[in-house]
Amino acid sequence: MAADEPLVLGIETSCDETGVGIVRGTTLLADAIASSVDTHARYGGVVPEIASRAHLEAMVPTIERALKVAGVSARDLDGIAVTAGPGLAGALLVGVSAAKAYAYALNKPLYGVNHLASHICVDQLEHGPLPEPTMALLVSGGHSSLLLAPDITADVRPMGATIDDAAGEAFDKIARVLDLGFPGGPVIDRLAREGDPNAIAFPRGLTGAKDPAYDFSFSGLKTAVARWIEAKRASGEEVPVRDVAASFQEAVVDVLTRKAVRACKDEGVDHLMIGGGVAANSRLRALAEERCERAGIRLRVPRPGLCTDNGAMVAALGAEMVARNRPASDLELSADSSLPVTDPHVPGNHGHDHDHVHEVSKENLYS
Amino acid sequence: MDTATPAVTVALHDGDSVVAESRQVDARRHGELLLPAVDRVLKEAGLKLDAVTGIVVGVGPGPYTGLRVGLVTAATFASALGVPVHGLCTLDGLAHASGIEEPFVVATDARRKEVYWARYENSRTRVTEAAVDRPAEIADRVAGLPAVGAGARLYPEVFPDARDPEHQSAGALAALAAEKLVAGTDFLDPLPMYLRRPDAQVPKNYKVVTPK
Ligand SMILES: [Zn+2]
Repeated sequence: MAADEPLVLGIETSCDETGVGIVRGTTLLADAIASSVDTHARYGGVVPEIASRAHLEAMVPTIERALKVAGVSARDLDGIAVTAGPGLAGALLVGVSAAKAYAYALNKPLYGVNHLASHICVDQLEHGPLPEPTMALLVSGGHSSLLLAPDITADVRPMGATIDDAAGEAFDKIARVLDLGFPGGPVIDRLAREGDPNAIAFPRGLTGAKDPAYDFSFSGLKTAVARWIEAKRASGEEVPVRDVAASFQEAVVDVLTRKAVRACKDEGVDHLMIGGGVAANSRLRALAEERCERAGIRLRVPRPGLCTDNGAMVAALGAEMVARNRPASDLELSADSSLPVTDPHVPGNHGHDHDHVHEVSKENLYS
Repeated sequence: MDTATPAVTVALHDGDSVVAESRQVDARRHGELLLPAVDRVLKEAGLKLDAVTGIVVGVGPGPYTGLRVGLVTAATFASALGVPVHGLCTLDGLAHASGIEEPFVVATDARRKEVYWARYENSRTRVTEAAVDRPAEIADRVAGLPAVGAGARLYPEVFPDARDPEHQSAGALAALAAEKLVAGTDFLDPLPMYLRRPDAQVPKNYKVVTPK
């Protein structure tokens, strides 16, 4: 293989998307996805057991589709990467089991990688190699984090995170209160374009002088918006849905971008990447662009299809692991629903307890 | 291979007999144990996975998370190797291993105070569809019959004549499959037999996956 352009297949099953991506170095070859989001819609959120069942059904067909789209043979792969965590335990386990079986059957090295680091690394497929360090703002239904990444394969540091709800979760809940369905992000974004973001002054969580500089809180905002809507309804007035959507959205993206830009300035980092499903939000992109430009920071946001959960992001990080010669995972790799963000990947256990098993595995894997 | 019960079990069968077998009972670590077990079994036989001409997997019934480990592993092996994957009812493996040649019951632990169970005419002939029920509710349908499987041992008041085996053996499952392959009889699709609808509840703080 070309050491700098490894061919890697990545599997992602941490939530409700079954994703399989194939990359060659920083070039995207395939991004196959099967989503169970429609099934979850009527429950107003992701139901873990439904997601796990859907992953099992979609897993092998999605792998086969990705290989077909990429036009490569599984034999030519330089590695198999998989989201080892964080995420829903049962959902992760389907992907991890498939990746282990695939790596074993094909005699390929296996890389269990971190979902959050993958969200950052995916931008390599859009804008080329990540600057080191990169500041990353990850916002989705599952996460709202500010991360500093001096080396995406080995050194990712948490700067701040939500102390209650994820940003995307707040979008979903407000959409539910407004009877707009699930997921809430896209519909609120669309309605907000026709509303006035300054119509209602909703609170900005954790922005006081004594509050943690980089942590987020969206729970208070969510409650404030819901109360405001209920008060309108109680008094028999019509709810100005577009203005509510725009004002709520403005409160979220104002805090997110303000804190991200501040973190860049404080740490002397001149690149900000924004990823995760909420990065598809048009107002978040616009405001981040505006504030980064003013602060002299280069903004990198992948196209929306790469911001939401997908297999390409896992393959992108896997390829980086191969290119930088990081140690592979072993056959005992397990799904870790709370894998710390500080672990970009899960290298094999070389400890004494595992010596024997590891030796056996290695021989069968690579001989 | 079969991961539908607390047993994580893998066997290699050459058409005549079981060449190697692994069986570990650990209800919480199916995901970690399965691949190393496959590796050990092949190593013991001095073979590589690509020597395998077919995969047989127990499709349950079984609690979901562990069950899926075996099914997705089997399906992925089959796809990577280009070999067929055959499904068998997990209870049929236990029945086959029992060698009992009179009417009996197989019952495994379905948790939530229930068992997965089926009735057999003999070790090769299942006469009811696999089902999930509370033991007390099926007492009259299993009365007087010997019973195998961990579910039988858990509820001695309903299954007083509990016999071996307690746990699934992939060797027995493979032997049953080898007989079926020779006879040309049908297998099940390698799809999970859950027998329960998913708990369709959005957990509080759903999707919050970022450690605080
Ligand atoms: Zn994500």
